[in-house]
Amino acid sequence: MKDILQELDARRAAARLGGGQKRIDAQHAKGKLTARERIDLLLDEGSFEEFDTFVAHRCTDFGMEDSRPHGDGVVTGWGTVNGRMVYVFSQDFTVFGGSLSETHAQKICKIMDMAMQNGAPVIGINDSGGARIQEGVASLAGYAEVFQRNIMASGVIPQISVIMGPCAGGAVYSPAMTDFIFMVKDSSYMFVTGPDVVKTVTNEQVTAEELGGATTHTRKSSVADAAFENDVETLAEVRRLVDFLPLSNRERAPVRPFFDDPGRIEESLDTLIPDNPNQPYDMKELIVKTADEGDFYELQAEFAKNIITGFIRLEGQTVGVVANQPMVLAGCLDIDSSRKAARFVRFCDAFEIPILTFVDVPGFLPGTSQEFGGVIKHGAKLLFAFGEATVPKVTVITRKAYGGAYDVMSSKHLRGDFNYAWPTAQIAVMGAKGATEILYRAELDDAEKIAGRTREYEARFANPFVAAERGFIDEVIMPHSTRRRVARAFASLRGKKQSNPWKKHDNIPL
Amino acid sequence: MFEKILIANRGEIACRVIKTARRMGIATVAVYSDADRNALHVSMADEAVHIGPAPASESYIVIDRILEAIRATGAQAVHPGYGFLSENPKFAQALEAAGVAFIGPPKGAIEAMGDKITSKKLAQEAGVSTVPGYMGLIADADEAVKISGEIGYPVMLKASAGGGGKGMRIAWNDDEAREGFQSSKNEAASSFGDDRIFIEKFVTQPRHIEIQVLCDAHGNGIYLGERECSIQRRNQKVIEEAPSPFLDAETRKRMGEQAVALAHAVGYASAGTVEFIVDGARNFYFLEMNTRLQVEHPVTELITGIDLVEQMIRVAAGERLPIAQDDVKLKGWAMESRLYAEDPYRGFLPSIGRLSRYRPPQEVAAADHAVRNDTGVFEGGEISMYYDPMIAKLCTWAPTREEAIEGMRVALDSFEVEGIGHNLPFLSAVMDHPKFVAGDITTAFIAEEYPDGFDGVRLPGDALRRVAAAVAAMHRVAEIRRARISGRMGNHERKVGSDWVVVAQGESFALSIAADRDGATVTFADGTTHRVASAWTPGDSLARLDIDGTTLVLKVESRATGFRIRTRGADMNVAVYSPRHAELAALMPEKQAPDTTKFLLCPMPGLIVKVDVAEGEEVQEGQALCTVEAMKMENILRAERKAVVSRINAGPGDSLAVDDIIMEFE
Repeated sequence: MKDILQELDARRAAARLGGGQKRIDAQHAKGKLTARERIDLLLDEGSFEEFDTFVAHRCTDFGMEDSRPHGDGVVTGWGTVNGRMVYVFSQDFTVFGGSLSETHAQKICKIMDMAMQNGAPVIGINDSGGARIQEGVASLAGYAEVFQRNIMASGVIPQISVIMGPCAGGAVYSPAMTDFIFMVKDSSYMFVTGPDVVKTVTNEQVTAEELGGATTHTRKSSVADAAFENDVETLAEVRRLVDFLPLSNRERAPVRPFFDDPGRIEESLDTLIPDNPNQPYDMKELIVKTADEGDFYELQAEFAKNIITGFIRLEGQTVGVVANQPMVLAGCLDIDSSRKAARFVRFCDAFEIPILTFVDVPGFLPGTSQEFGGVIKHGAKLLFAFGEATVPKVTVITRKAYGGAYDVMSSKHLRGDFNYAWPTAQIAVMGAKGATEILYRAELDDAEKIAGRTREYEARFANPFVAAERGFIDEVIMPHSTRRRVARAFASLRGKKQSNPWKKHDNIPL
Repeated sequence: MFEKILIANRGEIACRVIKTARRMGIATVAVYSDADRNALHVSMADEAVHIGPAPASESYIVIDRILEAIRATGAQAVHPGYGFLSENPKFAQALEAAGVAFIGPPKGAIEAMGDKITSKKLAQEAGVSTVPGYMGLIADADEAVKISGEIGYPVMLKASAGGGGKGMRIAWNDDEAREGFQSSKNEAASSFGDDRIFIEKFVTQPRHIEIQVLCDAHGNGIYLGERECSIQRRNQKVIEEAPSPFLDAETRKRMGEQAVALAHAVGYASAGTVEFIVDGARNFYFLEMNTRLQVEHPVTELITGIDLVEQMIRVAAGERLPIAQDDVKLKGWAMESRLYAEDPYRGFLPSIGRLSRYRPPQEVAAADHAVRNDTGVFEGGEISMYYDPMIAKLCTWAPTREEAIEGMRVALDSFEVEGIGHNLPFLSAVMDHPKFVAGDITTAFIAEEYPDGFDGVRLPGDALRRVAAAVAAMHRVAEIRRARISGRMGNHERKVGSDWVVVAQGESFALSIAADRDGATVTFADGTTHRVASAWTPGDSLARLDIDGTTLVLKVESRATGFRIRTRGADMNVAVYSPRHAELAALMPEKQAPDTTKFLLCPMPGLIVKVDVAEGEEVQEGQALCTVEAMKMENILRAERKAVVSRINAGPGDSLAVDDIIMEFE
């Protein structure tokens, strides 16, 4: 009997070694951790329960039958993050370079199915050379099985992808369909075709880092939501993110004990808006001063910086924040910022996370590059996303809310629940100067007259009261009381129930 | 007594004067420029008058504007603060003509002390010790040697037209005097086209020590001890204290009596300061007299209990001094740290912008310690480029120097400033500098001890351990909170452990925490323990901890793997890991900071106005590369060394953030 138990220990020990000590050392030498070490960092200590430790591939081509390591290059199972259940798979680069075989894919599918059944997020740690070439189409089929599950799980359970090594070719499409992608700086990359193919086909010389490194995907392509210095920091940040997310769309977002007065007054917000309407200010100051404990989890911080997206907590409850950033491009909407915010809003709506919107938007960015790029349809994505969202929606206009962009930014007309404005708000079709130039075209030659008209227009529209008279603004609030007002608004909306008409699904302008 | 006074100043000193006036029941009038519309002194005063555009030359120092404000408000007297019009005899005269009292000395005293040569002559006549020297023309090297001998070595030979160290030699003996005379003469001739040389005593180990005097218009005058102001950076005072750790009672008395004699000699009536340079043997020499309230006057107030502003007002109203010299008792020790909006990590470049956070330490006036903060700014206010970068003066008082320094350390750590660069870390560093602590300082202290500038403090071992113990205890509290999130699996909650590894400033401390009702005992791997108690809760940006009975204050920002901690001049990421996580963290590669010498980084958020070079161009050291406009100020960025421009990433009109790469070099 004892021998049999020892046999299990021996097999487990072999499984834990993955591709062997030499390959583990090589992985460490690259600044990367092993699949199991990463799980140790991600999950609460001692909480990991492994599945399919002894699964091995079934391939017999190219001499594969001689090497059938336990686990087949991916470690799967479940555990907890701060006591809340999550499912996890972690590809093991030390075993066949983490390549995806039929059985490797089956292991991933198994935990995805369980995650769907039991209502818990899936966190996938990617570190793989790609398809297991020796298996041919069986490997491709494996990818597709995973893809299909990603699609089914979308909007049901949060899916987080952590790219901690190569992720190329078809492999990229599983992360691409998950909710969040995190990368590790200098040791991860993602691309559909690698530098060699790029060179052959387009004659472009490019390194893997330039083509698909963390910098590229956080700044240029927006494929990744964030990038961090190393494996340890990245996985700690994943834990931080998980603390904001509900386990599934059947559950509410988590609540955490908090140590911050919901009624906290911030006098300094009364001077946040500069005297000069054309001078920028940092919208993040408002977000941080509104949030519990100043804690803001920003997503896509390096991309389309003219809009800010991320999570805060109010009274311990998760709230998604969308805010125009006057520091960049005056906070205007454009293709990139609309896409970025729209996807974020839809995530929040899918998982019942209330949305707080801070508005200071001078309009949409003009120009041929925008029009040729389809700003009409991209801008519509954000409009669509806000309009279809049925979660609690609170909006605060701090300064400009001009033209169509006013409508887009979670306005009252898009079923906004609380639409507040600061006294500094200016809600109008456009800025005073532009408006008078159109309205009084005949007087354009008379600078003095036009200046007078501009003042007239400003006096009439450069304030929140015209909108407030019509009830488009529920109340004009003092900047210093923003946290209290917003927290109370969300508190009052905890019982909100709203639904959209039945449909198979909508047809958002993708 | 006056019923209403106008304060012809701004910032902290205007606020300071308003406080005393209010206490005396006198109404106050503030004046303000465009840039100060929302300033603190404006909201503190009973009335405020706008006096013009932001530049001081068009507002605060325009005498007519101030006179108009006086007329408009009916103020009976004017306090000029320091700087601006405070030592302008024309202003004193204009007020006299308008029949308004000047809260300062008579015009004649300002004039007499305003001129370097006259003031030195007057000082000599009044029996005040002055730097021995020979101002006349020196014929040749022989005469130079003779004069040097008379003055006594070491001497300094200086070009009359000199500046910036050119044409300047120090001689310790006859030979060096002979040689130095010739080389100074040559250098002066070639540099300034004027080869006149003069000789004066070279003061070794110089300290800047000044005497506060207070005189009334009835011939009474007293001195209120000295202030030591040796900690200066490029002639800008940074830290002052009273008394001086260097003076003895006898020297103090001699300096004080000479200072009062000089004040009497010029018919002084108000508060004034006589500055001396003091050498290593406690010989002191007159430098100049400041005929105004000094920036650093609070340290004198703290050790004498006398409100100098109140006395200035009373003297200006014709009252007699309420005390005589014998009544002046110096009690305890006071320190002052000047908080500047200057970034110590960027060569103390002025920093401007919005004060997104400004929380000075609590002011205290207890029998055994005091904290005082004279400030002119507030959270949410704007630091503009138009005026002095000093935003606050933080003072502490205690019975002994040691305690006053410790009080200052804690007060500095408790001071929260965000949104702009500031010198708090540097001030903290000085407070822990062994030479400063020993009182062993000269005016060259900063230049000698920080020759390459300041790049933060590496905490000594025991201080770092205390921080590690504190942070571990805080981290445990934060982790317990994290583990109390909703949605946990029943019966399978996360258990927060007691063993941790803290990594800070490259050092790693394994420790374990045993928490109880009153705090926690932190035991290090070597068996040493610390007792930590604190009311800190997650999210508090300031942690005030009691560690083994002493106070430690940390500025805290949460990080995914621990905290960013600022304390005692150190600014560091402190990671806290479980033992297993620490093992894995140790495997992480040390990432090299990118070599920025190959880049021109944008030093401040701003707009590129002009790029002066092209890709492929060779640039010389000091050559202008581009112009960045920040807050309406054009900053020309220059090449630090000879290099070839390989790439230009930004063009005119681009808006950049700090550290954005403007161009790259080969």
